[in-house]
Amino acid sequence: MPKPFAITLKPGTSLTNLTGTWRTARPVYLDRLPPCNNACPAGENIQGWLFHAESGDYEQAWRVLVENNPLPAVMGRVCYHPCEGACNRGQLDSSVGINSVERFLGDEAIKRGWKFAAPAVSTGKKVLVVGAGPSGLSAAYHLARLGHKVEIQEAGPLAGGMMRFGIPKYRLPREVLDAEVQRILDLGVTLKFDTKVANIEQSMQDGGFDAAFLAVGAHIGKRTYIPAGDATKIVDAVSVLRSMEGEDKPMLGRRVVVYGGGNTAIDVARTAKRLGATEAIIVYRRTRDKMPAHDFEVEEALQEGVMVKWLSTIKQAGEGNITIEKMALDEKGYPQPTGEFETLEADSVVLALGQDVDLSLLEGVSGLEIKDGTVQVAPNMMTGHPGIFAGGDMVPSERTVTVAVGHGKKAARNIDAWLRGATQEVPAKHELAEFDKLNTWYYSDADKTVRPMLDIIRRQTSFDEVQGGLNESNALFEARRCLSCGNCFECDNCYGVCPDNAVIKLGPGKRFEFKYDYCKGCGLCVAECPCGAIKMVAEDI
Amino acid sequence: MLKQTEGSKAVAEAIALCRPEVICAYPISPQTHIVEALGEMVKAGELTPCEFINVESEFAAMSVAIGSSAAGARSYTATASQGLLFMVEAVYNAAGLGLPIVMTVANRAIGAPINIWNDHSDSLSQRDSGWMQLFAETNQEAVDLHIQAFRLAEELSMPIMVCMDGFILTHAFERVDIPSQEQVDAYLPPFEPRQVLDPAEPISIGAMVGPEAFMEVKYLAHAKQMQALERIPQLADEFKQIFGRDSGGLIRTYHIEDAETVVIAMGSVLGTIKDVVDEMRAEGHKIGVLGIISFRPFPLELVRAALIKSRRFIVLEKSLAVGMGGIVATNVRMAVSGTGLKGFTAIAGLGGRAIPKSSLHKLFRQAEKEELEPVTFVDLDWDAVNKQLEREKQTRRSGPIAENILHDKGIVSAKFG
Amino acid sequence: MSFQPVKFYQTGTLTVGNRLLAQDERSVQANQMRSNSINSGHRACQGCGEALGARYAIDAAMAESNGQLIAANATGCLEVFSTPYPESSWQIPWIHSLFGNAPAVATGIAAAMKVKGRNDVRVVAQGGDGGTTDIGFGCLSGMFERNDDVLYICYDNEGYMNTGVQRSSATPPAARTATTMPVGPEPGNVFGQGKNVPEIAMAHNIPYVATATVADLRDLEYKVRKAMRMRGARYIQIFVPCPLGWGAASHDTIRLARLAKETGMFPVFEAEHGEVTSVLKIRNKVAIEEYLKPQKRFAHLFGKHAHPETVARLQAIADRNIRKYGLLAEGGN
Ligand SMILES: Cc1cc2nc3c(=O)[nH]c(=O)nc-3n(C[C@H](O)[C@H](O)[C@H](O)COP(=O)(O)OP(=O)(O)OC[C@H]3O[C@@H](n4cnc5c(N)ncnc54)[C@H](O)[C@@H]3O)c2cc1C
Ligand SMILES: Cc1ncc(C[n+]2csc(CCOP(=O)(O)OP(=O)(O)O)c2C)c(N)n1
Ligand code: SF4
Ligand SMILES: [Mg+2]
Repeated sequence: MPKPFAITLKPGTSLTNLTGTWRTARPVYLDRLPPCNNACPAGENIQGWLFHAESGDYEQAWRVLVENNPLPAVMGRVCYHPCEGACNRGQLDSSVGINSVERFLGDEAIKRGWKFAAPAVSTGKKVLVVGAGPSGLSAAYHLARLGHKVEIQEAGPLAGGMMRFGIPKYRLPREVLDAEVQRILDLGVTLKFDTKVANIEQSMQDGGFDAAFLAVGAHIGKRTYIPAGDATKIVDAVSVLRSMEGEDKPMLGRRVVVYGGGNTAIDVARTAKRLGATEAIIVYRRTRDKMPAHDFEVEEALQEGVMVKWLSTIKQAGEGNITIEKMALDEKGYPQPTGEFETLEADSVVLALGQDVDLSLLEGVSGLEIKDGTVQVAPNMMTGHPGIFAGGDMVPSERTVTVAVGHGKKAARNIDAWLRGATQEVPAKHELAEFDKLNTWYYSDADKTVRPMLDIIRRQTSFDEVQGGLNESNALFEARRCLSCGNCFECDNCYGVCPDNAVIKLGPGKRFEFKYDYCKGCGLCVAECPCGAIKMVAEDI
Repeated sequence: MLKQTEGSKAVAEAIALCRPEVICAYPISPQTHIVEALGEMVKAGELTPCEFINVESEFAAMSVAIGSSAAGARSYTATASQGLLFMVEAVYNAAGLGLPIVMTVANRAIGAPINIWNDHSDSLSQRDSGWMQLFAETNQEAVDLHIQAFRLAEELSMPIMVCMDGFILTHAFERVDIPSQEQVDAYLPPFEPRQVLDPAEPISIGAMVGPEAFMEVKYLAHAKQMQALERIPQLADEFKQIFGRDSGGLIRTYHIEDAETVVIAMGSVLGTIKDVVDEMRAEGHKIGVLGIISFRPFPLELVRAALIKSRRFIVLEKSLAVGMGGIVATNVRMAVSGTGLKGFTAIAGLGGRAIPKSSLHKLFRQAEKEELEPVTFVDLDWDAVNKQLEREKQTRRSGPIAENILHDKGIVSAKFG
Repeated sequence: MSFQPVKFYQTGTLTVGNRLLAQDERSVQANQMRSNSINSGHRACQGCGEALGARYAIDAAMAESNGQLIAANATGCLEVFSTPYPESSWQIPWIHSLFGNAPAVATGIAAAMKVKGRNDVRVVAQGGDGGTTDIGFGCLSGMFERNDDVLYICYDNEGYMNTGVQRSSATPPAARTATTMPVGPEPGNVFGQGKNVPEIAMAHNIPYVATATVADLRDLEYKVRKAMRMRGARYIQIFVPCPLGWGAASHDTIRLARLAKETGMFPVFEAEHGEVTSVLKIRNKVAIEEYLKPQKRFAHLFGKHAHPETVARLQAIADRNIRKYGLLAEGGN
């Protein structure tokens, strides 16, 4: 007997009813720029490498990371991680510990001996890199990967620039630095030590280089005039820190006064403490919130017993003591002298007032523009002189390792383009994945992982690394705190929440597609996408 | 096997022989004994496999049957009167979905006033529900009709009510021939549903149908009943072959070959009528009887053919189309329309009012003489009625009718006066 | 123990899927091969919570029963939008009989399966709140009381939506419906009426009673699957916002369900044999206004002729739920 007419229907036949015609707006998938990536001076694809770390594929994560930055183990220690400041998760509970995961990956790579893939091509071009600081190393790495022959000429006896001669060991163990430098050299980069470039054009000509990248940093400690007796020992911070790398450790005495308020001041005070100073006092003109040093560094220094005299300037240095004047902030926030004085005992005064660039190697080079002691560069990192590029501390910048690494990468890509007679095409940036684009309900509550710290006694007495790394399980946890802002992470929400089954799941790694034949345009997928990877677009009717 | 047994018990046994798989039970007199007996059989393990479900209402009874029938189980329930009305929505639905449920209606009056005794107003109220309705004259016929009903219902995929007079049949002890299981199995094949809820072959039953197809659906239900008009006599023939008895069919006639007056009725009252007719025939009256077994489908042609040679007919029915007259009579008139036959309607036995032979004698003789009003209320207490009507003419609010009438009849004590 | 959320993943088990979860921890809805029991092309309004809830629930039941499932459906939006002749959206054996008899129809199906020895085939009945808490209530109670082997799912959108948004016994106080207009001294639905069917279901001592919302898929699936592993009468009431009837944006359906739970307005819990065994805790408690404001059915409580005291009475209802069911996490916010 046939089935009853009309009252009994065949299953699933509603497919003939194309409800897509009801729609006035359509959802579309898009990729938005995550704020971490946007904030990274080295241009790292942070979210991209966290994605792999989330699944425990650390090697893949590391490989994605080093696409942009060859120094993750260093970076995971010294970077001031502006990415974390921008991280949307910060508005939810606390930012993702990007930096600690980066360090974990960097350390893991060293431990497991992961190497960079050898360059695929050879262009036959030769590029000279001056200076083996982070900027120079980064440029060398990227140039080498692009197939160019690279030679680094370095004035000093060791690689790393300020990473070695500035940043103290307790923040950056030298084995870590050495390992990451060596891996770059293993790409076939030549590094010549004790080769100070005195005249860049000459050096280029001598070596037959097609282009040069200059990254000589800023090494000349700034000084200020302090009336002082002969007996008072006044030294500059960079010299002190540099001598830490040599045989003879600096003799600073038991009572050390550091003058300045930047990270260098902190580093030198903490170093003095470790060298046996009973008192390490920082004298700074303004208040703590005005201090250029990062708050966490100030905090760590205070924990270790470093003292700070806020709102103070050094008026005079006498024998075994100094005179300081109290300051007060005026209504504009500038410190003004009060005429109130105080005397501090001091065996030495270390000036940490910033550094100037030694530009002597550029003398006579045509087309250059020098401003405020730094070399001006175009957006492609080229100086006014064709073929000579520059980056890092010697150009106007924030003067961080991260910026230096970023400059190196950018310069390398532009040098590559310039050598080919082209200009580098920079793809348009995606729209930013702001916090309000997210539906944060979906993210598990998960507080940031706290990194282990060395015990305080050893922090005060040794140069052992202060901050520990994450282990595999908490690195994994931390990676998984990433919200994947603006980019589909295949959470299946759109696929699930569509009342019309109008989303096709394409399978792992392939994301999703809309079935516009049935999508009624309700917008639920957009509203419930945790990471803001879908938007509604009006239909033109 | 011949047995002296109660009608309900006999029907229960017949149902059991039909191997029902789901039975829904809800108590209401005078149907209760049937499901009670079935319940006992299931519980005792005599009737298996079968699910006996004590539902919470007749609406649920029919709804459970809808579910079980749609899922391919032979399904049965029984009800009467208020119970039938309580399930009405589901009654229509079962028919609309074409589910071959068999239901016994132990015919009983509908309240208010509440009344447990027999008349036909309950099942007749469902005449347009899409269910077929077969009326049993005797308990033997009730037994037989149930067996035929399952066969017919399942063949056509349409539900059937087997109607038997409450108390008069359900509670009467009579000799009944209960067939053997072999006979029933030979007559009634296992249920092969027309459509079934089955995960192996999903379908959606019970769509919403708009103006574009609704009429067709309804026509197809009608066409089913037209097919039944052909199948019912055939199935009765087949039944006779196996069971050796004449039972069922669309109509049954008695002495109508030369009858000038034909009495038409349904159900057990036909017995009394036949007795009266016998007596009248003995006196030389040319009177005969037409019993209608199948009220739905209504055998218009057969009724017409049965009546065509007579001069007049009188429909004696246990139902009242309030504001109009007879229900069965209206159907019969449709059958003879254009013939010029004279027809009378006699409303009798409402709410269990006895229909004595004497009254029938009087009624039929008046009919022969064509002295009847078009609609006659047999044995109506005109005195009580008229008094009430009189009172109502005087005061608009005359108090409860039933109470007043009983008072007039002296049944209620003076304090109600 | 209630559904245990997996926490230490990017989204844990809050999202529909998660590539990091083990296969057996994944939701039915995340599966590429999920049954899509109700197919595309149905005529539910944009963003209909009921259409979504029905797929969530029935797909889960399909998964748990290995596809051996039959459904009975009460009259209402779900029925009307899924099976207008000549097209059906259902991909499973499905029957619609009447508005008020779905539980009984399901009982009949279950009985048929039992006689036929098809213990593998499971039966669900489903209906709207009107079909469940009002007109079908007698049949529902009967099905419960007999402990028939049926899982009944009520899609609670707090009103008779299919007939144009009238009040049901599940309509919350103050809500505007076509039969509780926002006029007179007590605008909208009155306080002090309505029926708590989950609790009434519990009073039947049936094996399982649960509430769920379309905002908590994992919890919903867990409950449906758990119910499907049991025999006897089971009841799940799923909170399904109705954009049309509530006057809400179609993209707010899930958000509103979430807010109903997070405010305490709709307590999400489960009970076995009449005893509450777990509640879904509030994650971030929110004030009732946040839930009410996006819905036009409560619009008369705000704006020019605001009724702050009515809002406070609704808040009191939410607070009472929170107290009664212990909806706040220990030391929670
Ligand atoms: C004490 C201290 C702590 C710091 N801490 C941090 C920190 O925690 N995080 C952070 O991000 N940044 C930190 N910085 C800043 C950071 O170290 C510098 O911004 C960064 O190293 C600059 O990199 P660069 O490659 O431009 O130069 P450099 O690191 O200074 O490297 C320049 C290199 O060029 C060589 N060179 C110079 N002149 C010549 C020449 N004529 N020929 C050949 N070679 C030459 C030098 O010997 C040196 O090796 C710190 C700086 C100091 C001083
Ligand atoms: C006996 C009966 N009474 C009334 C109706 C009309 N009716 C059909 S659907 C419906 C409303 C359904 O409300 P609900 O059960 O809450 O489901 P919803 O549409 O809200 O999903 C009504 C009143 C009917 N079909 N049958
Ligand atoms: S009226 Fe409400 S329940 Fe009905 S289809 Fe529309 S959104 Fe869904
Ligand atoms: Mg509803």
